Amino acid sequence: MNSVESQIAQWRAYVAKAPGVNGHDVDELEDHLRHQITELTAAGLTADEGFLIAVKRLGDVDGMSREFAREHSSRLWKQLMLSGEDELARRSVNWVEPFVFAVAAAVAIQIARLAAGFPDDEPTWFARNLSLFVLPFLAAYFAWQRQLDIRHWALTAAPFALAALVVNLYPWSGGSGTEVFGTDSDTEALAILALPVALWFVVAFPYMGATIQSHERRMDFVRFTGEWFIYYVLIALGGGVFMALIAGVFEPTGVDVDQIAAWVLPSGAAGAVVVAAWLVESKQRVVENMAPVLTMLFTPLFAVMLAAAAVAYAATGLGDAFDRDLVSVFDALLVVVLALVLYGMSARDPSTSSRGWMDGVQLVAVVSALVLDLMVLGTMIARIGDLGFTPNRAAALGLNLVLLVNLAGAAWLSARFLRGRSTLHRLERWQTGYLPVFALWAAAVVVIFPPLFGFS
Amino acid sequence: MRIDKDLVAASATPLVLAILAEGESYGYAILKRVRALSGGELAWTDGMLYPLLHRLQRLGYVTTEWRTPPEGRRRKYYAITDAGRAALADQQQQWVAVTRALNDVWPGSGALFTALGEA
Repeated sequence: MNSVESQIAQWRAYVAKAPGVNGHDVDELEDHLRHQITELTAAGLTADEGFLIAVKRLGDVDGMSREFAREHSSRLWKQLMLSGEDELARRSVNWVEPFVFAVAAAVAIQIARLAAGFPDDEPTWFARNLSLFVLPFLAAYFAWQRQLDIRHWALTAAPFALAALVVNLYPWSGGSGTEVFGTDSDTEALAILALPVALWFVVAFPYMGATIQSHERRMDFVRFTGEWFIYYVLIALGGGVFMALIAGVFEPTGVDVDQIAAWVLPSGAAGAVVVAAWLVESKQRVVENMAPVLTMLFTPLFAVMLAAAAVAYAATGLGDAFDRDLVSVFDALLVVVLALVLYGMSARDPSTSSRGWMDGVQLVAVVSALVLDLMVLGTMIARIGDLGFTPNRAAALGLNLVLLVNLAGAAWLSARFLRGRSTLHRLERWQTGYLPVFALWAAAVVVIFPPLFGFS
Repeated sequence: MRIDKDLVAASATPLVLAILAEGESYGYAILKRVRALSGGELAWTDGMLYPLLHRLQRLGYVTTEWRTPPEGRRRKYYAITDAGRAALADQQQQWVAVTRALNDVWPGSGALFTALGEA
């Protein structure tokens, strides 16, 4: 019997290494295996023979792990890049590709910077086109990586071309608004803000391998976005230290440090967009351990803060005294909460569908955000009633409505989930199904708003 | 007779749901029941059952619970949910429609329909 025990242990270790299979799955499979062995030995076979037949009946591990991976695509995603030695060898060559795309983005932004004369001069076309100098390279990197065919390359490129036409051909005119991004046209400032968001969703297309219908791929993209952000912040922190040291070292030699910064910063920032994406894809495990911890840490903090804010604003009656700046702050807050909830959801292990205290905390955060959003909306509608539509108010109103619907749906579904009336799957479907709404809203602000408001 | 693997795959979900509708169960017992029901002709690779069960769980058709029976090892039990029963009813209708159609173009195979049960 001892030899069978050691064989089972070996089998366990082997199966556990397969991509897409986690510890609980192995427990379950082992139970199955032992059951089968017991039955076979009862029928007269020796334990060794029973083991061999039971393993054979379970089927080959590769096929099984493929099935598990297809079901738990998020797990596969984590292990795809690091499953074995061959993969490691392949990846060591693979850094060339992202490097080429990163350098291309760095060069593109540098050419644009020189043409614009930034930072001495800040023409608005530079701000308008900023994301167009960077994100196409990220999209191209994914299209290359996913080996998209010509048609899908064209579909990837089309939105970028359209965006380039729109932001450069629209006859932006000065308005009465306050100056933001070197322009006093409100619609232009809004387009500058919304374009990177819209284009980020365009990047989703090649990222998902041109299969935009798949909810699992969409969730992967949400996860990718969160982890890309973490990596980007880390790289930016390192870059900050690097720049500070450059300044410290070269200042005494009389070299113009600002000039160095003007060259290094934009290129570094642009290149890091691609490098961070590559890191997310290839060094998955490093962030994997960090991301759930970060969401665990900040979701409760934001829940407490939001609940306190909702109560405070409702109680003190400040609810209808929001001013313009406060509305922007609250919009930013709501977007962060949504990102936190989305990311927390995507980082969740789908196999543990049990309801934990984190789900309760998340519900508190969502409901509080909902209350705050309603207050913001109330103020905004009152303001629009008094003063009429302006591009800024219309954009803020739209964003709040988009957020309100999302939060209301999320609150409803997670309350049902907590009471055991619904599944996590439904909640995920709601969020992944809602992603195009964000993309369309951002695109609308860029494309439809300017003509609607006379480009002012 | 060897049943085509596409047909095996298509029938897997209704079969597992139907077995769970009889009462909660665990992987090994479900497989034994499948073998018994099909007279051994529906031969799955055992390992493929588990990804399927996990998919049903994600879709909310089954719930799971780890339990340790008095005599032995910790084991994962699956139980059907209301959503699972609804999905099963839906599947049943589809299969009846398919068998009815087959029945009509295969004269003399009336046994097929009765064997599958009138819906």
